[in-house]
Amino acid sequence: MIGIEAVILTIITASTPLLLAAIGELVVERSGVLNLGVEGMMVMGAVCGFIATYYSGSLILGVVAAILAGVLMSLLFGLLTQTFVTNQMATGLALTILCLGLSGLVGEPFTGLPGAKLPALYIPYLTDIPYIGKIIFGQDALVYLSLILVFFVQYVLFRTRVGLIIRAVGDSHVSAHALGYNVVRVRYLCIMFGGACAGLAGGYLSLAYTPQWIENMTSGRGWIALALVVFATWMPRRILFGAYLFGTVWIMGLYVQGIGLGIPSQLLSALPYIVTIIALVIISRNKQLTKLNTPACLGQQFVPDR
Amino acid sequence: MTGNESVNKFLLEAKNITKKFGEFTANDQVSIGLVAGEIHALLGENGAGKSTLVKMMYGALQPTSGDLYWNGEKVVVNNPAAARKLGVGMVFQHFSLFESLSVIENISLAIAEEADLALLAEKISRVSREYGLPLEPHAIVADLSVGERQRIEIVRCLLQEPKLLIMDEPTAVLTPQEADQLFVTLRKLAGEGVAILYISHRLEEVRQLCHDATILRMGKVVDNVDPQEETAQSLAQLMVGTAIHKIESVSDKQFGKILLRTRSLSLESDMQFGVDLMDINLEVKAGEVLAIAGIAGNGQGELFDALSGEMRVSKPDIIELNGVACGTRGIRFRRNCEAAFAPEERLGHGAVPSFRLSENVVLTRHNSDKNLVNFGFMDHKLVRAIADRVAKKRDVRTSKADPEASSLSGGNLQKFIVGRELDRKPKVLIVNQPTWGVDAGAAAMIRQALINCAARGAAVLVISQDLDEIFEVADSIAVISRGQLSDIYTANEMTYEKVGLLMAGAHEKPTKHVGNLQDNMAGRT
Repeated sequence: MIGIEAVILTIITASTPLLLAAIGELVVERSGVLNLGVEGMMVMGAVCGFIATYYSGSLILGVVAAILAGVLMSLLFGLLTQTFVTNQMATGLALTILCLGLSGLVGEPFTGLPGAKLPALYIPYLTDIPYIGKIIFGQDALVYLSLILVFFVQYVLFRTRVGLIIRAVGDSHVSAHALGYNVVRVRYLCIMFGGACAGLAGGYLSLAYTPQWIENMTSGRGWIALALVVFATWMPRRILFGAYLFGTVWIMGLYVQGIGLGIPSQLLSALPYIVTIIALVIISRNKQLTKLNTPACLGQQFVPDR
Repeated sequence: MTGNESVNKFLLEAKNITKKFGEFTANDQVSIGLVAGEIHALLGENGAGKSTLVKMMYGALQPTSGDLYWNGEKVVVNNPAAARKLGVGMVFQHFSLFESLSVIENISLAIAEEADLALLAEKISRVSREYGLPLEPHAIVADLSVGERQRIEIVRCLLQEPKLLIMDEPTAVLTPQEADQLFVTLRKLAGEGVAILYISHRLEEVRQLCHDATILRMGKVVDNVDPQEETAQSLAQLMVGTAIHKIESVSDKQFGKILLRTRSLSLESDMQFGVDLMDINLEVKAGEVLAIAGIAGNGQGELFDALSGEMRVSKPDIIELNGVACGTRGIRFRRNCEAAFAPEERLGHGAVPSFRLSENVVLTRHNSDKNLVNFGFMDHKLVRAIADRVAKKRDVRTSKADPEASSLSGGNLQKFIVGRELDRKPKVLIVNQPTWGVDAGAAAMIRQALINCAARGAAVLVISQDLDEIFEVADSIAVISRGQLSDIYTANEMTYEKVGLLMAGAHEKPTKHVGNLQDNMAGRT
């Protein structure tokens, strides 16, 4: 019999990459930019994180490399969509395709090699508390970081001037420009933040979740993160809820499959998507609130006038 | 030397400003001087270069040549922040507000570093009390009326204690009563020594309000006059350069049977900040022009969409066109009922910008005029003939034969779009803001065409926010506000004041989501 504790631990590790990628994309979309390249930036983060750790033996370097890879890829996206004003949707899709190929290429020699795993935290006594000790005090550092990030983003977006400017740029880039804000710069910074988060999410996969490199190892998590942002109606705390709900149903499905209840496996793998969508649709019933939180300029191109 | 004198006289002086966009000269050697404590009007048609000029004063554009002087000293205004620092405040025509943010957040964005929102809220209440501009600091902009939004813009400027206030067509979106209130505020500001640059094409109000007027035509200053000594007619003449077509109405009208009818039309908007239509009942008879007045954003777009079939309603008989119940049917079906539609937005909605005029003809008539398209192939000769015929009849000035829609000026394209619909000789014609952003000459022609269309026996529905236009063309007038339509009055029994009260919502039935700000403020003072 598998302990509940173990189940919860797997749920947390399964949810963390979704949460990281989604919270980054949320900031990007709040500034009015739709970056469909999350999956691509994640997979680059995964491969670069793995390679850096493999050569240096340092997990910290691996995490940094994953973040940098994400930022670099997002800068390419920023350059194309903000400076050269290309279509954001097409550029994002192209970025994902590029990254999937590129990561396969550079990661080829490393496929299947054993990697190092991020250690779980151990605080004497606290981690030893039965049942909850390991869950609350025994995760790896990135799990805590992802949770802190959610509340940090929530705070910055709604309580600080920086957040106000980001929301303003996403609401009306024309007005923001008229008031003298540098729309393109704000968006570049947000895109880079999103890239860093996506890279980190990818790094989490290859350094903590399954510490190795497998081609295309993100297996659609970037797309799930994108969907979470929309269904969470661009609100950070709902992303936390959505990511963990998705992770929970997903892992529960795997266990149910393991027990062998005779439920078709396809249905079980579809379940997390269905449950998460339904749950988030229900919590975002308040149309007024949804309207206010949808960035009005999402995906629109902006060229400052001459 | 006179130079010394002008140093003391002008707060802001523009000397020989020229601005070129590629080949096009938007401002040609423009000079203008603004005096503290004076309200200075800047007049001109659309495209005369007014906006370009003030954008340079506000730092949003840089002149190609020429200089700006502030209190006699030469200045370079690199960006809006620099302009604000000098003491220039601007209230934009299309508001630069953020709909999903609150009033206080909007204002704080425009103020350099005001971290303390509580302090700011206090300042906002003080300024809004002082100048009679009631505002609720924590309201969300999307929920506010256009008049209230303008107050935000003005308060936002006033908080920075500007020495020069630029107002770009401030009354275009106000009811006459709101406009009067604005004039009180502006006179008070001028009395305190603020210079005001007032852009408008409402000549009567310029005559009432302004001390001085500079008139631009085709990017050049044509005259500088004292508006109080001019008539509206003479000012218009200066703006346009030639006499304007006088609208002739048809005497002794006979109305036929009802060709357009809605019964309790209600519709929930699917736009982000749309307006829901509530229980709209209207009838237009053959030969009648019904004009629907209202401030922009009160459900006009939604009403047009519901009538044209872009949005469908639940039951067929809610909307009746030419005797056919078609509430649940689409645009194509409705066009086949001999109804024609011209939407508000010319480029992108009324016409495809990159398509030729002839191709744009096919887009709205492919189904109603069967012979235009044979087995899926366009009859180029025929559509071209129609496009040419429309262009000729409506005096659409083009630079080449059959140009792309986007290459036409606003007025010319609008003449084409209205002409394209009229060319079908519709029984029902529905137009939304037919002369918005159109120069006076073209506007007069379009209005005349609408009147003639009705005289020919069609039912014409004109949705417009231009009160002058409404009184020129309408036989009957109704007003829409927050998605509710007033009763329909004959044009004779209506006055500007009465329309103004209805625009402000005098006819509205109380609903749950209408929070009445005035009441709140009244309770406080």
